[in-house]
Formats: sequence, C-alpha cells, structure tokens
Amino acid sequence: MPIVVEHLTHVYMPGSPFESLALDDVSFEIQDGEFVGLIGHTGSGKSTLVQHLNGLLKPTKGRIVVDDIEITSESKVPKRLRQHVGLVFQYPEHQLFEETVYQDIAFGPRNLNLPEDEVERRVREAMALVGLDFEAVKDRSPFEISGGQRRRVAIAGVLAMEPRILILDEPTAGLDPRGRDEILGQIKNLHAQRGMTIILVSHSMEDIARLVDRIIVMNRGRIALMGKPEEVFSHVDELHAMGLGIPQITHVMRGLKARGMDVPDNIYTVEQAVKVILERVRGKKK
Amino acid sequence: MIKDITIGQFFPGQSPIHKLDPRVKIILTFVFIVIIFFAKTYLGYALIFAYIALAMWLSEVPIRYILRGLKPLLFIIVLTFFINVFFTPGNKVLFQVWVLKFTQEGLRQGVFMALRLILLVIGTSLLTLTTSPISLTDGIERLLQPLQVVRFPAHELAMMMTIALRFIPTLLEETDKIMKAQMARGADFESGNLFQRAKALVPLLVPLFISAFRRADELAMAMESRCYRGGKNRTRMKVLKAARRDYLAVAVTLLLVVGILLDSYVL
Ligand SMILES: Nc1ncnc2c1ncn2[C@@H]1O[C@H](COP(=O)(O)OP(=O)(O)O)[C@@H](O)[C@H]1O
Ligand SMILES: [Mg+2]
Repeated sequence: MPIVVEHLTHVYMPGSPFESLALDDVSFEIQDGEFVGLIGHTGSGKSTLVQHLNGLLKPTKGRIVVDDIEITSESKVPKRLRQHVGLVFQYPEHQLFEETVYQDIAFGPRNLNLPEDEVERRVREAMALVGLDFEAVKDRSPFEISGGQRRRVAIAGVLAMEPRILILDEPTAGLDPRGRDEILGQIKNLHAQRGMTIILVSHSMEDIARLVDRIIVMNRGRIALMGKPEEVFSHVDELHAMGLGIPQITHVMRGLKARGMDVPDNIYTVEQAVKVILERVRGKKK
Repeated sequence: MIKDITIGQFFPGQSPIHKLDPRVKIILTFVFIVIIFFAKTYLGYALIFAYIALAMWLSEVPIRYILRGLKPLLFIIVLTFFINVFFTPGNKVLFQVWVLKFTQEGLRQGVFMALRLILLVIGTSLLTLTTSPISLTDGIERLLQPLQVVRFPAHELAMMMTIALRFIPTLLEETDKIMKAQMARGADFESGNLFQRAKALVPLLVPLFISAFRRADELAMAMESRCYRGGKNRTRMKVLKAARRDYLAVAVTLLLVVGILLDSYVL
C-alpha cells in the first residue's frame, strides 16, 4: 500500500488576513514497509503534511493516493482510510477521556463496530505492543497514571485500530530520556516485527537517524532534502541553515574523517562509534 | 476548520484608525451611535455617511469585511423597514397595493430606521475590526477606572476579559486538535440523530474541560509566582496616551455632533 503525494499544497484560512501557506508543492512516495523520518523546524509544515495522509485535512491543490483511495480538494474521505492510516498526534495523551485505560483504548475498535471479544483481543495486543501490563493497568484511570504511561495508552488507542501505516507526530516530545528510548524502541519493533509502514515526525535528528530508512527534510512548507540518512547528513551546512543539525556523534566522526582517520559516514550512535574507533586504533597498533 | 471562525473579528493593520487610542475609539463609537438617533433629515444622514465613509477609508479594512456584519441582520433590517413604512401614520399616499399604503411619511421613516440600523452595525464593526481585543479591554479598564471610587472592580473585570479573550484562540485550536485526534480513532461528529451526536461530543468535551482546568491552574500559579495580587499599585507597561490624531478625531466628531444638532433642531 504505497503512499503517493503529488504537488500537495495547503493554505490555511484562505482569503483572510491570517492566510498562511503551510505546504507548497510537496511531492514524494513512500513504499510498503518503509520507515521514513519526517524532520523539520517547528512550523515547517510536518503536522499539516501528515494530517493529509489520513484525510483529516484536504489539499488546497494536488492529490494524495493511499492504496486505492485518492484524496483531492473535493473528495469525500472514506472511513476506511482512517483505519488504514493510524495517526498519533503530538501530545496524544491530551485526547484521553474514558474512565479506564481499557475503555479508552477500546474507543477506536468500538467505532469500527467490532464484536466485544475482538475489541478485547485488540486492546490486549495494543497494550502489549507498547509495553503496558494489561492486568495491572486496564482498570486504572488514564488520569492517575504517569505521563509516560499516558502517552503509551494514547498510542495503544491508535494501534488498536490495527492500521497498516502508522504515523507518529513527535511521539517523544516532553518525555524524559528513558521514556523516549522506550517509545522509540517499541516503534522500531512495530516496524521490524509487524512490517508496518512507519512515518516518524520529529525535529530531532538524534532520534530519527538510527531508526529510519529514509529521511524527508521539510523547510518552510517545502521538501528541502530527501534520501538515506547518510545522504541527508552530508548536507551539513544546509541543515544548519534550516535550524537543524546532524547527530553529535556523526559530527565527531566526520571530523575524524576530515583529519585522515578511515571511518565510515553512517555512524549515528555512540556504541557504533566506539566500536569503529576501537577497531581502527587496535588495527593500527598491530 | 474550526479556526476559520475569527473571534472579535479583529483585522490587523497599521492605519490611523487602528492607531487611535482605544479609549478615544470607544467613546467616539458611543457618541456616533447616539448621534445616529438625533439625525432627522436627509442632510443629517448624508453628514453621518460622509463621516463613517471617511473612517472606513482611513481604516484600510476591505469593505466586504465591514459589510459582513450586516449579513446576519439583513432580515431584521428589511423587517424594520417595512414595519415602519406601513405603520407610520401619514396621509400623502404615494401609491397603494391592496390595503398597504405607501405614504411619504412612512417611506421616510422606514428608510431612516433601516439606515440607523445599518450605521449602527457599521460603526461597531469598525471599532472591533480596528481594535485588537487586548487594547479594547485596556480601553474599557481605563474608562471604568473612575468607578473604582465606588468599589467597582474595574481592573479585575478587565483582567478577566483579557484572559478570556486570550484563551479563546487557544481553546479553539485545542478543540480542533482533539476533534481530529478522535476522528483519527474513528469518531464521527457529523452523522447520526441528535442523541447520537450529543453522545459523540463526550470524547471531545472531557479532554477539553480537563485541559481548560489545567491551563487555568497553570496560569494562576504563574501569576501568583510573579506576585500578582490584583490592580492595586500596578503600573502599566504600555501607558495609553492621547496623541494628535486622537484630538483630531475628537474634533471631527464634535463637528459632526454640532452639525447634526444644528440641522435637526435649529434650522
Ligand atoms: N490550524 C491552523 N490554522 C492556521 N494556520 C496553521 C494551523 N496549523 C498550522 N498552521 C500554520 O501552518 C504552518 C505549518 O504548521 P505545522 O504543520 O503545525 O508545522 P510543524 O508541525 O512542522 O511544526 C505554520 O506556519 C503554522 O502557523
Ligand atoms: Mg507539529
């Protein structure tokens, strides 16, 4: 189920003094099972873009095709699109409303009019996917659990729709480092084990670099760069001009390379870097 | 979608009308509204029209924005016109359709009443279009200040209005976001009977209330931690000060008042 976006333009509040061009002629494709990072400075149009992919916003110009569903400025969005494409909003815990965690996660499946045993199966599975203990948490109020757990409940609420494409809009915003690593690890598993197509929106290169197959960089409503992480990171100066950086460790490695050390470009984690450097240093001694 | 509703319909700009002191603008708008009801001749209305046309031109607000306020009132204006036409006693019958008599007096009264309503709407629209909600409340606070002598809580009232206005866009944005988030989970806000629709609002209203309370709490905390304790002894960062254009606006308005009064009662 590839995603095709062609010449997508979106204008907010057209014809008013508050008119703003949020997306300007954006085109790209995403293949089945791909893990794509969407990165850009605040206000670059990332959230606007992903809301088009499940039909919450309609293009001002251009079109989007997901599977066999086409969305243009006039089309009526079929309900199944929302089920195929799961969208986790920024700060998704703000959408929780039910009395118990179970009820909240079951909201989506119930909207699909599924039988109650299927709903329960999905809730159990979604909670397992985000690492929540079903028995321990299901009857608690979503308002009395910790912030990190709330975020997971909200993500589980979308996973329970069993989408084939999962979009997460800044899923780690406001989490502590441990919460961030856990969520990112779970997203990685969803991709590796379930083969889901995943679009991860972020403004942090550090988060994205070591997970994704491909990076799309947005700047002022346009696609500025697109490609494999190492390709994108070779445009250091352009990224800096957009208020983005490359992961610190990648920066270090590029520095080492510039000084004549034979190290690869595609290093995004400290562990990888340690390994490579040790190899080189030990190799030299021999 | 929901943000398309512009509250207070402020139209940002840098025109002389935008830059007028909000106190002056509020008072002049009141004067304008009152004077509309003193005009009694066609010449009087022509003067008023010239005045408001000048203000509209100076404000640089597109005319369709100003006239937009008339749309919901169109029915009332037309109704007022006809009621006045038919129920004003008079004997100079111009023409007659069945039992409905069009008299000269009636027509005149109808036109005047309709004009008054139109001018009223244009005048107040112009005020809200050219004054940001924040300076509007600022102006109101200053104008109400003399009432503090009788313990009228002018500052508190203005502060409440400011905060409410400040949070309207935030709440709208929040509504939009939560609505979309629930729609992404298959919620349907648009179909079903009345009961189903009301029920569908629960997933929207609960998070909205929670976030409104959270925001209120955070704001109160932030204000207290900066030692806010009401208006007593507070000074302002932006002190409202009447400038030359304010005196000019007052002078032009006074001319209008004098003109209308002379026209209606002396000549
Ligand atoms: N609901 C909205 N109404 C009007 N303008 C909006 C709305 N949402 C976003 N924008 C504007 O569109 C642009 C892109 O915003 P957004 O897609 O939220 O960017 P990002 O997610 O990359 O931070 C910004 O300039 C923002 O001000
Ligand atoms: Mg965003």
